[in-house]
Amino acid sequence: MSTRDSNRIVRVASGQGFWGDWLEAPRRQVEGGPVDYLMLDYLAEVTMSILQKQKARDPHMGYARDFVGAIESVLPAIVERGVRVIANAGGVNPPACAAAIRQLAERHGAAGKMRIGVVTGDDLLPRLDELIAHGHTLANMETGEPLSTVREHVLSANAYIGSVPIVEALAKGANVVITGRSTDTALTMAPLRHEFGWRDDDWDRLAAGIVAGHIIECGAQCSGGNCLIDWQEIPDLANVGYPIVEGSADGSFVIAKHPNTGGRITVPSVTEQLVYEMGDPHSYITPDVVADFTSIQLEQVGDDRVRVFGIKGRPPTDKLKVSVAYQAGYKAIGTLVYAWPDALAKAELADRVLRQRLDRLGLKFDRILTEFLGASATHGPLAGPPHDPPEVQLRFGVRGGDRAAVERFTREIAPLVLNGPPSVTGFAGGRPKVEEIVAYWPALIDKGVVRTSVEVLA
Amino acid sequence: MNVPLLDIAHARSGDKGDTANVGVIARRPEWYPLLVRYLTRDRVVAHFRGVIEGPVERFELPNLKALNFLLHGALDGGGTLSLKTDAQGKVFSTAMLRMILDVPDDEAKAAGIPGATQWRTYSRSPKE
Repeated sequence: MSTRDSNRIVRVASGQGFWGDWLEAPRRQVEGGPVDYLMLDYLAEVTMSILQKQKARDPHMGYARDFVGAIESVLPAIVERGVRVIANAGGVNPPACAAAIRQLAERHGAAGKMRIGVVTGDDLLPRLDELIAHGHTLANMETGEPLSTVREHVLSANAYIGSVPIVEALAKGANVVITGRSTDTALTMAPLRHEFGWRDDDWDRLAAGIVAGHIIECGAQCSGGNCLIDWQEIPDLANVGYPIVEGSADGSFVIAKHPNTGGRITVPSVTEQLVYEMGDPHSYITPDVVADFTSIQLEQVGDDRVRVFGIKGRPPTDKLKVSVAYQAGYKAIGTLVYAWPDALAKAELADRVLRQRLDRLGLKFDRILTEFLGASATHGPLAGPPHDPPEVQLRFGVRGGDRAAVERFTREIAPLVLNGPPSVTGFAGGRPKVEEIVAYWPALIDKGVVRTSVEVLA
Repeated sequence: MNVPLLDIAHARSGDKGDTANVGVIARRPEWYPLLVRYLTRDRVVAHFRGVIEGPVERFELPNLKALNFLLHGALDGGGTLSLKTDAQGKVFSTAMLRMILDVPDDEAKAAGIPGATQWRTYSRSPKE
C-alpha cells in the first residue's frame, strides 16, 4: 500500500434502495458534496420477472426505466466532475439499457464523454433446459423440489453475480456500469476493490466492502429512514440524507451523509440496517466472499458519522445463488370498512357471511386469509382485543390456480354493502383486481456454469 | 421485575421467502446480557405461538449487542404468494417488542433498569 493510498478516501454514495425509491435522491447525492461513485440498486427478487415480461412484449425493454431519468438528473456530475455510476438497472436486458443511456447522452451532446460498461451473463433463462438436461436440478433451497416441477411456468432465471465483472468494467474505463442481477452489495464493493486494488483472496477487505454495501443498499434505511429507535427525535425526514461510504484502503470505512440534510446516522441506526434481512450472521454468503457479521465493529466518530472496522471474511462457496421467478396462480384481495359501534364484530360477521357464500358457490382456493385492520392484521393474536376502535377494515384474500374462481370471488365483496352487516363503507375502489402471482424460487448452481462478460461502449 | 422488551431494546425485521428475520438490539450495551439470558429461543417460540408455523432460530451478535431471530413459516408463503398485509415481515420487529421479560429484581437493578417498571399492556399476557 502506498502512502497516498493509506490516506486516500473513496466515496460511494447510495442513490436508490429499490426500484421506486425517491427520484430526488441521485441528484441530491451528487450535488450535496463530494462523491466519487453513485450506486443505484434497482432489483428486488420479483422485479426480474416483471422485466422479463416487458422484454417478451418488446425486445428493447426489460430494464429499470427510472434509471434513464436518474442518469439525466446526474449527467453534469458524470461528464464534468467525473462521478462514476454503478447500477443493476440492466434487469434482464442490460444492452437495451445501455442503448437508452447512450441515446440520452447523445441528446445532451455528451456521448463523447460517456463510456458505458455493460455486464451480461447472469441471465440463465435461454440456457435453462440445457442446464437441467446436464443435471443441474436447481432445487428450491427452501423445499428441496427440483425446478423441473414448475419448469413450464418459469418466467425468469438469473444468477446473482459478484464484483469481478464490475471491477473489470471500471478498469476498462467505464464511467457508467450497467449490470443485470448483480448482488446489491457488489455494486458498492466493486468500486472500493477497484480503487484500492484489493486482491481476489483479500477476504477481510472484500468482506468489508460487502458490509459497506449491505449498510447502504437500502438507501436511507441506515440514515434515519424506517428507524425505530427514538424515531420521534429524528430531524427533518423531509430532507433526509442518503448514506455515503467513505472507504479506506485498509477496508475500514465511515458511513456519513452530506451536510445540511435530515435524518441521522448513529451506531443504533446503522445497527438496525445491519440486522435487516439477516440470516446466519456468521455466514453472509456472496459470490466474492463470505462475510462474518459477528466481526463488525461500530464507533460513533462525529455527528452523523459512524466508523465501521474489524470485519473478517473467508473464501466463498463454489455455488452461485439463482433467482427463478415462476407463474404460481392467482390472487385477489377485497376490503370493506366497518364503523363504530362494534366495528370488529360487524367485520367478523361479514367474514363469516362471505365464507358461507364462497362455500355454497363451490369455489376452491388454495388459501383464504382474513385480516381485521385496526384490530389484529399486523400482530395477530399478540395484539389482544382492540379497545372500541372507531373503525375496522375487513381485508379478505383468496389465492388459487383457478383464475375463474378468483374472478368469481371478486364479485362477492360489493354485495355485502347492501346485503351484509351494517355501518359499512370504504368500497370506492370498486371490485378487487385479480393478480397473477409471480413467485420466487431460490436455487443454487455451480459457479463455473455462469460465464459473465463485459463490454465497454466508447 | 417485569421488563417490557420495548424499554430495553429496539428492532428491525425483514424477509427471506417465507421466513421473517427479527434483529433485536439492546438500547444500552449493559442491557445486552439481559437479552442473552432472558430473550431465549423458547421464549420467542412461545411468544409467536399461533402467529408463525415453523421453527425459530436464534443467533448472538455480541459485537452489535444484538440477537437475530429467524421465524420460519411466518409470512403465509412469503413475497408475492402471501395474502398478508405484512407479506414481507416488516413489522414483526414491533410484534417481538411486545414481549415482557421476567428479570430478577437485583439483576435489573444492577443493569441500571430504571425503577420498578410497571407492567404495560403491550401484549396478550405477561408470561405467554
